[in-house]
Amino acid sequence: MTAVTADTQEAYQAVFDAAVASDERIEPRDWMPEAYRATLVRQIAQHAHSEIIGMQPEANWITRAPSLRRKAILMAKVQDEAGHGLYLYSAAETLGTSRDELLDKLHAGRQKYSSIFNYPTLTWADVGAIGWLVDGAAITNQVPLCRCSYGPYARAMVRICKEESFHQRQGYESLLALSRGTPEQHAMAQDAVNRWWWPSLMMFGPPDDESSHSAQSMAWKIKRHSNDDLRQRFVDICVPQAEALGLTLPDPDLRWNEERGHYDFGPIDWTEFWDVLKGNGPCNEQRITQRRRAHEDGAWVRDAAAAYAAKHGEATA
Amino acid sequence: MTTSEWPLWEVFVRSRRGLSHTHAGSLHAPDAEMALRNARDLYTRRSEGVSIWVMPSAGITASSPDEKDPFFEPAADKPYRHPTFYEVPEGVKNL
Amino acid sequence: MTATVNTAAALALGDDALVLSHRLGEWAGHAPVLEEEVALANIALDLLGQARVLLSLVGDEDELAYLREERAFRNVQLVEQPNGDFAHTIARQLYFSTYQRLLYGRLAAAGEVGDLAGLAAKAVKEVAYHQDHAEQWTLRLGDGTPESHERMLRACTALWRFTGELFQPVDGLDVDWRELESDWLASVTAVLERATLPVPDGPRTGAWSAGAGRQGLHTESFGRMLAEMQHLHRSHPGASW
Repeated sequence: MTAVTADTQEAYQAVFDAAVASDERIEPRDWMPEAYRATLVRQIAQHAHSEIIGMQPEANWITRAPSLRRKAILMAKVQDEAGHGLYLYSAAETLGTSRDELLDKLHAGRQKYSSIFNYPTLTWADVGAIGWLVDGAAITNQVPLCRCSYGPYARAMVRICKEESFHQRQGYESLLALSRGTPEQHAMAQDAVNRWWWPSLMMFGPPDDESSHSAQSMAWKIKRHSNDDLRQRFVDICVPQAEALGLTLPDPDLRWNEERGHYDFGPIDWTEFWDVLKGNGPCNEQRITQRRRAHEDGAWVRDAAAAYAAKHGEATA
Repeated sequence: MTTSEWPLWEVFVRSRRGLSHTHAGSLHAPDAEMALRNARDLYTRRSEGVSIWVMPSAGITASSPDEKDPFFEPAADKPYRHPTFYEVPEGVKNL
Repeated sequence: MTATVNTAAALALGDDALVLSHRLGEWAGHAPVLEEEVALANIALDLLGQARVLLSLVGDEDELAYLREERAFRNVQLVEQPNGDFAHTIARQLYFSTYQRLLYGRLAAAGEVGDLAGLAAKAVKEVAYHQDHAEQWTLRLGDGTPESHERMLRACTALWRFTGELFQPVDGLDVDWRELESDWLASVTAVLERATLPVPDGPRTGAWSAGAGRQGLHTESFGRMLAEMQHLHRSHPGASW
């Protein structure tokens, strides 16, 4: 390794800072501060892991989808999530880490995924609630990421956001059908919204004053808005949508605040958030076990294809 | 048995005739044939392309024109992948 | 061509597609590699699309899928076989996609079976891709590692006894079934040989294993599959989703 003098280091840093300041994208071969690289790897990996772990709660209902139309939609959506995981792992790989490395860390519990997927899908209405609320929250988080300072991540997010626009709509439409359906269906929809509302709000992360990574990420333009700002934006969007659904949101403190021009909402149970994050949620164990098993059970298949390629003289990069 | 990771391939998609192939992303595959198929599944699920190149560090491989139909037509009849497929009551915003 | 003849054929082919799509859907979240999650789902979605068109020729797609008893399903037993390991899934897909491609190719060319011809013309392109996928994997598993070879051999052998049924004539389909069978055998044999796998030599017909599915007689795991598929729909009679 060639020694980089302090002067050169400073010059590199200046070029990087100028690029970020003028809203230019940082690309894989550009010099970047190690901490920037590490932050991106951590965030993109967590995002990728969330996509593939997030397949599980919804796939749980593919075989029981109540109509063939809904079944096709759900299969396509879960498939998209696998695809989005792939885009994101690719983006992470441009930073010099391999997908295998990232998967190993996920399987060993050394990298996280979004805690929301540690909640169970107990009824069919949960599929609709995930589409409306969880995907809705994800989109609110992700749209600003399309302008993230790191090029490959921003480009992956553009593709993902474009594809995900149907995810939220199908969820909303499904909940609407339930809400306007039989009394049993309506009750099923309300129950699902009751269970998914608060965890969805937690998806934006801890309050700004407790968020350990936020300030630096915003300075680097990896992140564009604070957790609390995004959460407020999401609440403001959801309230009228819930009214149109004919469903209520489980928060007695929810009301319009004329002065702020936003909805006020009740306190979030951060104890639950930290508890689930630390592994104590209803499905943490189950999700990671299934992921690990799929990977281990697939080892012989991946080996077979690699052996075949080697035997038949295929180019291996 | 220890598994070595499949190599990484870069994928280039021609979105329609008259345009050049542009970089769509990357994926893992054991060899060129599988890389092409995986690329088709992954990067053209919504009829985004009429032709694909995949490139390991060693070179470029392109799909042949004969394969166009089975490769790309099936995606055209999956309108549920597009948001306009869903009905939303009047006045509901931000979906 | 009378409507009743078309109905029987549409039901048989529609049930094949519906049931295999369901089995492939069970892979979601369990595939050996992420790229294969996407590939298997693509095939499942194509088949589900075919099933919906075919069943709609017969009646209401959801009533047919969700409210029929096991004995009223007309799919071949091959497609209802459990996923097993990835080798079983691939062997099932190779046997079935080869059949479907040859059959749909003939239906598309004949053009005289009314509604089915249009569907077949479109489906044959999808199915060509499914067959290619199965073929690529058969080669890699058969000619990969000793373990994969062993697993693929076991899978091809285990499912062989369900392949005779594919060539039982279906009412309403004007097809030379003998010729279809010999084309199928030639195609599958060629793939297996390239994959360094022997062509299984067990029986392909028998009192129970051949023709039974088309007559509504199925294997044990099918009832459980239907119970899972139908329970939610049946729990809410008359509801819309």
